[in-house]
Amino acid sequence: MKNRSLVSINDYSKEEYLKILDIAEEFEKNPKQNIFEKYVVATLFFEPSTRTRLSFESAVNQLGGKIIGFSDASSSSVKKGESLKDTIKTVANYSDLIVMRHPLEGSARFASEVSDVPIINAGDGANQHPTQCLLDLYSIRKTQGKIDDLHIAFVGDLKYGRTVHSNVIALTNFKCTFHFVSPTELKLPSAVKRHIKESNLEYYQYTDLSEVIPKVDILYMTRIQRERFSDPMEYERVKNAYILNGNMLANSKPNLKVLHPLPRVNEIDENVDEMKQAYYFQQAKNGVYVRQALMAAILGVK
Amino acid sequence: MESKKLRTELVVSALENGTVIDHIPSKNVFQVIKILNLDTFDNQILFGTNLDSKRYGKKGIIKVKNKFFEIEEINKIAIVAPSATLIVIKNFEIIEKKPVEVPGIVDKFIKCINPNCVTNHENIHTRFTVIDKDAMKLQCHYCEKTTSKENFIFI
Ligand SMILES: [Zn+2]
Repeated sequence: MKNRSLVSINDYSKEEYLKILDIAEEFEKNPKQNIFEKYVVATLFFEPSTRTRLSFESAVNQLGGKIIGFSDASSSSVKKGESLKDTIKTVANYSDLIVMRHPLEGSARFASEVSDVPIINAGDGANQHPTQCLLDLYSIRKTQGKIDDLHIAFVGDLKYGRTVHSNVIALTNFKCTFHFVSPTELKLPSAVKRHIKESNLEYYQYTDLSEVIPKVDILYMTRIQRERFSDPMEYERVKNAYILNGNMLANSKPNLKVLHPLPRVNEIDENVDEMKQAYYFQQAKNGVYVRQALMAAILGVK
Repeated sequence: MESKKLRTELVVSALENGTVIDHIPSKNVFQVIKILNLDTFDNQILFGTNLDSKRYGKKGIIKVKNKFFEIEEINKIAIVAPSATLIVIKNFEIIEKKPVEVPGIVDKFIKCINPNCVTNHENIHTRFTVIDKDAMKLQCHYCEKTTSKENFIFI
């Protein structure tokens, strides 16, 4: 993985991301090491995403690296009309690795082609966000001790949720069974289902959340946004059907964990937060270790 | 009928050296001209549309004098004219005659349908992988979205 960009989850093989998860485990035990001392990491956020940026910057800081960059495009030369190519080529002169988030789909792939240093895609529009996917795999393995042979439910907006799409595609490398819970309007696209079929894995679709809870090891919740509905009445009708609250977990398997990419709005009731099934805050914390592992592998220090 | 056939053949064989692209669907002749950038050539170019064809009812044909295309170049036209035949002529004789093949990669000449794709905002040549040769579905190398035949816009 040394010097190789990570734009899309498919850029790395299963063995490569398992390797990153192994390195992440080392960092979880010992997150503060001085191994990035010689390196400058650029974080270019052409659109703001405080959570993701802080996670990357914390990862770099804890390893002793330096950070340059910007947190939204209005404060940068992009505002003055500089092309993406010129911005990337310039920053590549000043850094060893570029982490970028950009509102346009395909921007990170393009950047990886013009940059002399590797690019980590921290989100390109609705397309890819591979470090979210890696930290989700890490969280699944961490809580279940394995990724194979699990029953995994994805709940909420499965049509537009890019996190769900990349996770499903990554998980087809493992022997998982999928359970998809969504309103009819927001079902998983057939292009993603095709990946499951091609991997000879099984999936089931539901519109009722409570039905799926006793069956699964992982319950991956996502947000449902009002603007995704062509009919606002339909949104009002379904919005409360996909809210998880504590008493719904009464019949869950003992090993069930609830994941969520955060930020949440109201789809997980706060009464779940203190329950043993709640894992979403730890999941966010795992993001730091996984990002440390990825950057360390790309910089060639692990 | 016989005289029309003769005339079509004459149109083809009258070329001393060059390339004939035959069996183009009539409605796609101008797209083929665009894809191959024939409008920028100095060579003598003749083309016809709505000619009678035994196989297709009506067809189009393009002749380019003193020009021999690389096969990768000519295969680009299979995106809009998969039925086309390439005929290479030297000294009034047919040297080579073969159908075009749909390429694996399509570069530069089709626009990505996704308005939020980086190729529609920055100065970038488009690039697609052909993921379905029969339905002619192209996956954008950048945004990973699919553009299909009915949405093709030529750059
Ligand atoms: Zn595109």
